[in-house]
Amino acid sequence: MSTDIRISRTSNAAKVAAVLGALIVVILIAAPYWAGRADLRLMGEIFLYLALASLWNLLAGYAGLVSVGQQAYVGFGGYMLFALTIFSGLPPLVAIALAGLLGALISIPVAALIFRLRGAYFAIGTWVMAEVFRLVFAQVSALGGGSGTSLPTDIVRSMADGRSAREALSYWLALGAALIVVTAVYLLLRSRKGLALTAIRDNELASASLGIDIWRTKFFVYVVTSGLTAIVGALIFLQKLRISPDAAFSVNDWTAFVIFIVVIGGIGTIEGPIIGTIVFFLLRETLADLGTIYLMVLGLVAIVVMLKAPQGVWGFIRHRFDLQLFPLGYRVERSKDS
Amino acid sequence: MTQILQLDAVSKAFGAVTVADDLSYGLEEGEALGVLGPNGAGKTSMFNLITGTLKPDAGRITFAGDDITALGAARRSRSGIARSFQVPQPFTHMTVFENAMVAATQSAGLAGREAERLCIEVLDQTELLDKANDRAGGLTLLNRKRLELTRALCAKPRLLLLDEIAGGLTEAECTALIATIKSIHASGVSIIWIEHVVHALMAVVERLIVIDFGRKIAEGEPKAIMDSPEVQEIYLGIEADA
Ligand SMILES: Nc1ncnc2c1ncn2[C@@H]1O[C@H](COP(=O)(O)OP(=O)(O)OP(=O)(O)O)[C@@H](O)[C@H]1O
Ligand SMILES: [Mg+2]
Repeated sequence: MSTDIRISRTSNAAKVAAVLGALIVVILIAAPYWAGRADLRLMGEIFLYLALASLWNLLAGYAGLVSVGQQAYVGFGGYMLFALTIFSGLPPLVAIALAGLLGALISIPVAALIFRLRGAYFAIGTWVMAEVFRLVFAQVSALGGGSGTSLPTDIVRSMADGRSAREALSYWLALGAALIVVTAVYLLLRSRKGLALTAIRDNELASASLGIDIWRTKFFVYVVTSGLTAIVGALIFLQKLRISPDAAFSVNDWTAFVIFIVVIGGIGTIEGPIIGTIVFFLLRETLADLGTIYLMVLGLVAIVVMLKAPQGVWGFIRHRFDLQLFPLGYRVERSKDS
Repeated sequence: MTQILQLDAVSKAFGAVTVADDLSYGLEEGEALGVLGPNGAGKTSMFNLITGTLKPDAGRITFAGDDITALGAARRSRSGIARSFQVPQPFTHMTVFENAMVAATQSAGLAGREAERLCIEVLDQTELLDKANDRAGGLTLLNRKRLELTRALCAKPRLLLLDEIAGGLTEAECTALIATIKSIHASGVSIIWIEHVVHALMAVVERLIVIDFGRKIAEGEPKAIMDSPEVQEIYLGIEADA
């Protein structure tokens, strides 16, 4: 009798989820053919928030870099889209990709600066950096200074023929961004680097002693998430067609809501930001008419979840049912054959 | 034989507490060296200095011919130095197998099936295979110590540093551990072993050093060292503590 050992990296639940997920993606791709104009806009916004939340989750939930300043890269990406299309005459799609590259590049000196700070000081440092970004862009009079500017109509027109085609394109870009970000986060966390990140989160002393370069790993995550956040930022302002420093670098819109989403959904899980995004938009769409009360309800929900289920909705489910839709771990399976 | 490790006049102090005092010794490739010394003598600190967790105030550390004094812990690990922690440091939210995979992928630099195969082999050797899917945070102290040894071995070290892994074992477990370490040693891995369980140490090592207040106070053939009066004094002191 010998024992046969197999390493499995998936589960039945994950396989079912993958099939369902693929089906949902197909339906969503077809949305411009079945959804109305307003719904399409809303869904585009949802996807961009999902992308932001997944990136922030990778940064804070996995790399332990609790930034409250990622609006720096949302705004930077948005402004790069405007600057590169208006001044350099680049096609919007090229400008979006380039905005991501530039966002990653500018995050390098920022990281070199703020990585000297620990804990709460790191968080404050990220926020101060975002304010610096806002003040700098408010100085650029060619981009409307403090009051901002609109994307010229000829640039908007150059994207696609007709308004509905443009809106469909904008929707597909947002959907594509969410899919790429979630997939990239998933693949990263399943990879060798992901194992390193998870190890660092558990025990830095042991991680370093097992060959993991902690600073370099966190730096890598910071630069990648910042670059991708800049791309999402460019897409956000491609939807809005107007940019101003206050909208671009809003700590409320691009960080507070994003943290709400991740914490409610479950920080440190891939599923968390997806659940959190759904919860956030359900609340927003049902309560939006209530004005400030809406924000108070959000705060209340956050407090209740943090007290009752500190691991968020998905953390609660996972704990209860031992469920993982995006399997990251390894299972050793032994089958005895005679 | 070639030199695998050399400490040259290494010193380190925490304020008034000296944990390494002009410490020098060498280790040949493939040798097994035992370390004795009373509690608080600086034995674990010496491992911290060799692995890069601590930086020395003075002196030089050479590994496989390279001066590694300025290198960080991660680089030293990848270059072939692995340790077990006296106070186990598991990745508590990961499974036992995943803990092993961290070492195999990050330190040994293996990928895919190759890494998985090594982990299974080592887990079998350290008798943790049955616990492969358990979360490391839920392990007993004995199994946490086994996990320390497992991770160190999955790093495929040239130099293995063991910090008190035999304490609290039953007679049978201790015999099994000695056999495991002997076979690791026989495969050519150089070993430095800090251990208060002297009979286990004596069964494996070819040479002993004794440390007190960060200073090397004796060095040589195990039997001769154990019989020397100053070691008798310290050793009896340890026995009385235990
Ligand atoms: N990071 C640190 N900061 C301050 N003091 C420290 C630090 N690490 C160790 N020490 C002190 O240095 C001395 C030596 O500690 P060390 O852990 O090296 O001893 P040891 O020989 O391993 O003892 P034991 O047999 O109890 O494991 C102790 O007095 C300890 O309190
Ligand atoms: Mg010690």
